[in-house]
Amino acid sequence: MSNASLISGPHTHAPTSVPYVMRQVIYALLPALLFGIVLFGLPSLWLVMVSVATGLASEALSLYLFKRPIKPFLNDGSVVLTSLLIAMTLPPWAPWWIAVLGVSFAVIIGKHLFGGLGQNVFNPAMLARVMLLVAFPIEMTTWITPAPIFSSAAPSFVDTFIITFGGYIPNADAFTGATPLGHLKTELTLHHSVSEILADYSYFNSILGWNSGSLGETSAILVLLGGIYLIFRRIISWHIPVAILATSFVLATVFSIIDPARYANGFYHVLNGGAMLVAFFIATDPVTAPSTPRGQIMFGIGIGIIEYVIRTWGSFPEGVGFAVLLMNALTPLIDHYIRPRIYGRTRSGKPLPSSQG
Amino acid sequence: MTVDYKAIVKEGLWDNNPILAQQLALCPLLAVTTTATNGLGMGLATMVVLMITSLVISLFRDIITPEVRIPAFILLIASVVTVVDLVMNAVMHDLYKVLGLFIPLIVTNCVILGRAEAFASRHKILPSLVDGFTMGLGFTLVLTVLGAVREIIGSGTLFANASLLLGNAFAFLELQLISDYRGFLIMILPPGGFLVMGFFMAGKRIIDTRVAERKKQEAANQPADIALASSSD
Repeated sequence: MSNASLISGPHTHAPTSVPYVMRQVIYALLPALLFGIVLFGLPSLWLVMVSVATGLASEALSLYLFKRPIKPFLNDGSVVLTSLLIAMTLPPWAPWWIAVLGVSFAVIIGKHLFGGLGQNVFNPAMLARVMLLVAFPIEMTTWITPAPIFSSAAPSFVDTFIITFGGYIPNADAFTGATPLGHLKTELTLHHSVSEILADYSYFNSILGWNSGSLGETSAILVLLGGIYLIFRRIISWHIPVAILATSFVLATVFSIIDPARYANGFYHVLNGGAMLVAFFIATDPVTAPSTPRGQIMFGIGIGIIEYVIRTWGSFPEGVGFAVLLMNALTPLIDHYIRPRIYGRTRSGKPLPSSQG
Repeated sequence: MTVDYKAIVKEGLWDNNPILAQQLALCPLLAVTTTATNGLGMGLATMVVLMITSLVISLFRDIITPEVRIPAFILLIASVVTVVDLVMNAVMHDLYKVLGLFIPLIVTNCVILGRAEAFASRHKILPSLVDGFTMGLGFTLVLTVLGAVREIIGSGTLFANASLLLGNAFAFLELQLISDYRGFLIMILPPGGFLVMGFFMAGKRIIDTRVAERKKQEAANQPADIALASSSD
């Protein structure tokens, strides 16, 4: 008898692990994150630091309470990624306790109460975003016009601490301004036409990111580059991002053709707000998205539709967080009905006709 | 047939608590418990309805045939709720304005039909009354505590407007726990109700597991004690 041991398939092996994937996603996020910190100055850096520290502390606390090994889970990078993503969706000069509440809510209630990494139904980062938006509408919609770090527009070093930790913005009127989506929504309610509203709007600024907005969401091009890097590295597939962006683009274009005075065009919707970041970094979360390509496309289309509907007819200027959570809730259903074809069988489960007849 | 009243009380307050164990009547629970006072008011109203309907249905249990029992129960419940609704509107008009819509909706409250179906239609009058009272009390307790937690976190007060419900003598209950509190809006909204209730239910399960473990240990220790005692003789 031979000593060869029998090994069951699959035999292909990929050198991917949770820490590897998380590291790659963090690398892909860094350009947009660093751009945001430069654009909005030191308060945003403090906010990112508070977020990550809170994330690590709440992760350690939850792991301790649930009697799980602390070190391997703390070092796998998932909580750092969640914290960074939450920080990137916050208004850049939000007070510190917004970050603390949001991140600890995401990690403890959004992730660990559902069973920890890989078990959560809802994307923790979007859960935090929506919770904060509903609970603290004023803080969550105080947007800053770009005040790049070390420029003359930036607040003084001491003021940056007052902004993040003191809870108020000295000389606030000089710094605050509306986001492109918020501006559109407000002006539309005043019965101005889209062409009037967007008269001095520059697509170039939206692509580059020179706009008011969330800490790491403003720069469409940097987020897009990070997303392409992830697709290139095969961390994510193209299905979800393309489905989301294409759906909202097509919807916006159709409505814009029907009534150009009331509906902004497709480029405006794809380039502004959280659309890009969510499409590439949030909706592609493997835990909360469907697992088959066809399911992922449905999931993406759903997010695109809900996002556009909330932005256009809802009371919030940006609805992408709600869209992701609603589709997260539908993910088990999508995975139940859309299953991959079993090898050697048709989609309905019948054996393939034999070629020998 | 003797009735174990102690068991009925234990069922209603803890083991088979309408909210924590049966998870019934969550709609009024989530909508109303934004303050402890609202929770208490809703709980008391439900308790009164529950007691009267249990009494009436137990009284008529031999006349109502199984085929028509659901419409008959609903009719009886609806009449009782109408009476309570009118009385509350007359006596506690300000609280009624707050709870407003939810008082008539007690008709569709599953706890009441549930107890009618599961208990009152099969038991004598006194046990049914006790069951209605303790189930209502269990409901009221959970609603009040839930309302208190949501109120403290959400708006920093406790028993706000208690005088509307209980009269001016109870105005001392109204506390401003955190001054200049800016509010945590989500606790006042329905998601806050779901969150707090989730923690409550988890808490009940933890306590139940601990109690069961302790009982098991005691049971395991008992024979050993006897054995020890006999061997030392």
